[in-house]
Amino acid sequence: MRAYTPKDNVQKKSYYTDRFWVAPQVAKSAVSDDAVFAADLDAIKAKFDVLDAYIQVDQMVVVIHANDNYAVLELLKNEREYTQLSEMSAIDWLATEGKFEIFYQMLSMAKRKRVRIKCKIDEKEAIQSVEKLFRCADWSEREMYDMFGVVVNNHPFMKRILMPDDWEGFPLRKTYPLQGDEFAAWYEVDKIFGKEAREIIGPENRDPARIDRYDTKRFARLGHEVPFGTDISQGEPDTPLVYQEQKGVFMVDKFDTQKSVVISDRHR
Amino acid sequence: MQQANRLRPFFENITFDRVDNEMVLNFGPQHPSSHGQLRLMLHMQQEQITKAHPDIGYLHRGMEKMAENMIYNEFMPTTDRMDYIASSSNNYGFALAVEKLIGLEVPRRAKVIRMLLLEINRLMSHLFWLATTALDIGAMTVFLYAFREREYLMDLVEDYCGARLTHAAIRIGGVPLDLPDNFITDLRKFLDKLPANIKDYEDLLDKNRVWLMRMENVGVISKEMALSWGCSGVMLRASGVQWDIRKEEPYELYDEVEFNVPVSDKGDNYARYKLYMAEMRESAKILYQVADMYEGTPTELMAHAPQYISAPKLDIMTQNYALMQHFVLVTQGMRPPVGEVYVPTESPKGELGFYINSQGGPYPYRLKLRGPSFWHTGILTDLLPGHYIPDVVSIIGTTNIVFGEVDR
Repeated sequence: MRAYTPKDNVQKKSYYTDRFWVAPQVAKSAVSDDAVFAADLDAIKAKFDVLDAYIQVDQMVVVIHANDNYAVLELLKNEREYTQLSEMSAIDWLATEGKFEIFYQMLSMAKRKRVRIKCKIDEKEAIQSVEKLFRCADWSEREMYDMFGVVVNNHPFMKRILMPDDWEGFPLRKTYPLQGDEFAAWYEVDKIFGKEAREIIGPENRDPARIDRYDTKRFARLGHEVPFGTDISQGEPDTPLVYQEQKGVFMVDKFDTQKSVVISDRHR
Repeated sequence: MQQANRLRPFFENITFDRVDNEMVLNFGPQHPSSHGQLRLMLHMQQEQITKAHPDIGYLHRGMEKMAENMIYNEFMPTTDRMDYIASSSNNYGFALAVEKLIGLEVPRRAKVIRMLLLEINRLMSHLFWLATTALDIGAMTVFLYAFREREYLMDLVEDYCGARLTHAAIRIGGVPLDLPDNFITDLRKFLDKLPANIKDYEDLLDKNRVWLMRMENVGVISKEMALSWGCSGVMLRASGVQWDIRKEEPYELYDEVEFNVPVSDKGDNYARYKLYMAEMRESAKILYQVADMYEGTPTELMAHAPQYISAPKLDIMTQNYALMQHFVLVTQGMRPPVGEVYVPTESPKGELGFYINSQGGPYPYRLKLRGPSFWHTGILTDLLPGHYIPDVVSIIGTTNIVFGEVDR
């Protein structure tokens, strides 16, 4: 019987799991431990619902509702001195929860603090663009759309950024195989020559170490060289190894260790 | 086999309407001064650019996807291919992120060696930047001089790890090797000569009429624009924001060394050029101090954490249990605790960040690479309009983008 592989997450799985092993957690501490973070959190809590908040590895994590994302970032930028959005992207939780998690990594240079704002949206749900607040979100949101298919509302130029415009599928989803799907495998062939040429051209060789011993156009067997492109599938002609001039090659002097100078220092 | 209508356009189907003087110029993706595969679609009125659309993705290898399918140690050589001009700084950023995730303290000698590698990489990157930008603008001599000095640094790195471009010289939990015998002496010899070399470049460029015309008041980035576009590193400091992660959120031994963070409020190409030169001097200063720290440190190179890090080779070859653990760590990989971490480091190009979301498995659940060059390319959308065609080359030059990092 063929082993069952879940279709909703085709990423590599560890082949060995100990069923009694409990994964340790990265320590979380309460926000009240840090006065600066506590003040920021109070400012957010005064206006918005906060689902969860904690400090992990010196950074505050605040979980909010997805439709508050613009307003919370606006508050952080204008009132709490978080002037830079250093990073944002999504995490695919479709297999377990049917949701995307979106995180905004904020930096306050005045306070030397970093905050991560997180929210969750459904697969078909769109999220509000924060491009009006931070211009860098223009590209980040395009990348998020390109990689996950998360649609962003009110974005000035919602288009793929890394993949070609006519690409199908979203590469960073857990359902997308590492080697690419069928569309990816035949992308160039379909586009340039048409689908009907698939059989003539054949699939791409993805194994860089593959050597076809009958291919005399790209490979040569040392000591058994044959003229370029000779068909050797029915056995090869005998080509004995022949050396060049026995007394050395014309115009090439023999290396003499006595006459040479060894440089020990490279004159740094 | 090849269908005529697929590759060759049929011009009889296209009508050319000329409504105004606007011309669309396609710059790249294989332009020698685009420093990689950058394609720019420039809308122009005469020679002046009215709209710019950077188009990226020609070097996209899906590193984040690859990371989700690899054990942590396996991903280390892949990080080399991000900013391949200074690959140890990528190795370091990733190693530090994983160390923060599992809460490791690295031995002091490993820290010293990492500091040396990081600053050597910064010098290499800045020298490379100077060489290629000067070459784009036409200063061939500076290119040759700067590559000569970079060669010495690459020799040093080669002495350490055997590789010149893709070092993979840092491991999670420490460094793989101790410094070779002559490393510190050779480094000092190089550093003694470096100030004279930097002065040579400056003599050639600082007051050069052509250089000034191409650099001064070209590509001015305001402070607001730099902050809004997520700029970091020299791009940010040239616009008047004093922010260096080495200084503000020190990691490794940066809080023990003395160095300045050069800042300018001009925001133009020339300011960025001056900052790169000043940063090289600061790097040299740091290297002198770190070289002095090496002597007398305990000889451990890797952190002791049997659950995550393999034991030293001697233990693996002599002790059964260390061998077993090593086998498990190599075949299955370490399993960091459940949690997430975002760790920024100051790479030569700017803020290099690694976001790791671990679910307790041997593969990261999500790994986001924050390459500073991504936004330094994005800013061209707002920066180029109003400039002229020759300015494009010098602006791309001073943004110091590397496409391994933009496309990842």
